Amino acid sequence: MQREVQFAGFGGQGVMLMGQILAQAAMIEGYEVVWIPSYGPEMRGGTAYCTVVLGDRPIGSPIIRNPQHLVAMNRPSLEKFAPTVRPGGVIFVNASIIPVGSGRTDVDELRVPIVELARDLGNVKAANIIALAAFVARSRVVRFEALEQAVRDKFAAKAKLIPLNLQALEVGRNAAAGT
Amino acid sequence: MAKVLMKGNEAIAEAAVRAGCRNYFAYPITPQSEVAEYLSRRLPEVGGVFLQGESEVAVSYMIFGAAATGERVFTTSSSPGISLMSEGISYIAAAELPCVFVNIMRGGPGLGGILPSQADYFQAVKGGGHGDYRLLVLAPASVQEAVEMMMEAFPLAEKYRNPVMILGDGLIGQMMEPVEFRDDLNTEPAPADDWATSGMDRRGRDRRNLIRTLYLVPSELNAHNLKLKAKYDRMRREEVRWENYAVDPSIRLLLVSYGTMSRVCRTAIDRLREEGLAVGMVRPKTLFPFPREAVLAAARQGEVRAVLSVEMSMGQLVEDVEWSVRGVRPVFWFGKCGGEVPTPEEVMAEARRILRESE
Repeated sequence: MQREVQFAGFGGQGVMLMGQILAQAAMIEGYEVVWIPSYGPEMRGGTAYCTVVLGDRPIGSPIIRNPQHLVAMNRPSLEKFAPTVRPGGVIFVNASIIPVGSGRTDVDELRVPIVELARDLGNVKAANIIALAAFVARSRVVRFEALEQAVRDKFAAKAKLIPLNLQALEVGRNAAAGT
Repeated sequence: MAKVLMKGNEAIAEAAVRAGCRNYFAYPITPQSEVAEYLSRRLPEVGGVFLQGESEVAVSYMIFGAAATGERVFTTSSSPGISLMSEGISYIAAAELPCVFVNIMRGGPGLGGILPSQADYFQAVKGGGHGDYRLLVLAPASVQEAVEMMMEAFPLAEKYRNPVMILGDGLIGQMMEPVEFRDDLNTEPAPADDWATSGMDRRGRDRRNLIRTLYLVPSELNAHNLKLKAKYDRMRREEVRWENYAVDPSIRLLLVSYGTMSRVCRTAIDRLREEGLAVGMVRPKTLFPFPREAVLAAARQGEVRAVLSVEMSMGQLVEDVEWSVRGVRPVFWFGKCGGEVPTPEEVMAEARRILRESE
């Protein structure tokens, strides 16, 4: 078993952090896992991509051309990566700022207005955590409890942010269930 | 201890601290600047020293100076930076000083690019600086292996009184994987009093130690080179490391690949085997000394039709593969450069093509 998740958006949306929290959750679950950032010239253009590969065997190629799932945080990312997702995968769409769909009929497209939900929660910065939670709840790439633990681990040095982010996880999970 | 998720560059930095190294001098360059960032905070916590040199040339002689006192010291850089350090590396090898250089390779030549590459194979293995010297070159394929190699590099450097190089590509530095800092690795420093210029008072001896690289008398320089050669020959006997992947008597094609590229090959091999094509791989973990006999033994398996070197360089590793295979089988090259990492699909297509044409 191997699963690959492509995260993509622009700088400042917390794309790298989403991937790192998922990778942490995968490690907690005992999976082999690798997190690969894009650090090349495209990053200088303001985009932010990372890939998380997890599996029950040592991860071979860390370069993934056709991921199983996609988390698209802005429109250029959706347009760039939606065609690469393997049939049957989940495509998460940041519905707050992406007015279009993936154009795919062979995937499970999940649209969540994460910015509005984060604003309702009281902190717009939690939008990425809501997105991650919705994606994990739908795709089940890791257990939700592992994701909660990963959030606690990742924010251990800023413990006052943990309750907010755990709430954001709940908001995301409910959003995925309600669509 | 529990596993932690770490970026390769940070894990390499922490591994050096765990190995007891307290001296790190460097000059920043993508894709390895996180090592300096990490150590600028971490080393002061443990009473160590981080200094940024004014250039890579300066850094290489800061390493020379610190190593000459018998202190553990290392630096990290990337391709163009290692070129600048190469003069110093030659001097350090000549002076027989233990230290560690880490090259997180990016695409070249010249300034090239910042994405992963393996184009510094010749520079690392055949000598980037002048004169007859060798580095002991370790090539990690994962963050965990980078950590272990980093910790072992210091005792190895001291065993041979020779610089050790960790040769990784940009991905090894940039990606995050779970790592465990093992405490069962022997990182005990070797005694340096017989040679280090650490002060006669401190050593409590009445004989001065002299470190030099100038030998104007030809017979003396020849003797010095013979001594160095004996050391490199001992590395060839005692330090060769490799891993066989899916090498069995049924294989028809043998791949040779190292670092991140070998992981892509592993995926390609798994999928080719699902198609019924028996392919195996020898992955060198030391590039010098090269696992020549292991490559030859695998190439000699009864069904092997050809050997394929897969590398992120334009035909460098393949020269050592040809030298190892000694004409027993035809040897081919496949690679990409400039930051494009060949995909499993591309490796599979090349493997199929070679097998088809060698039937």
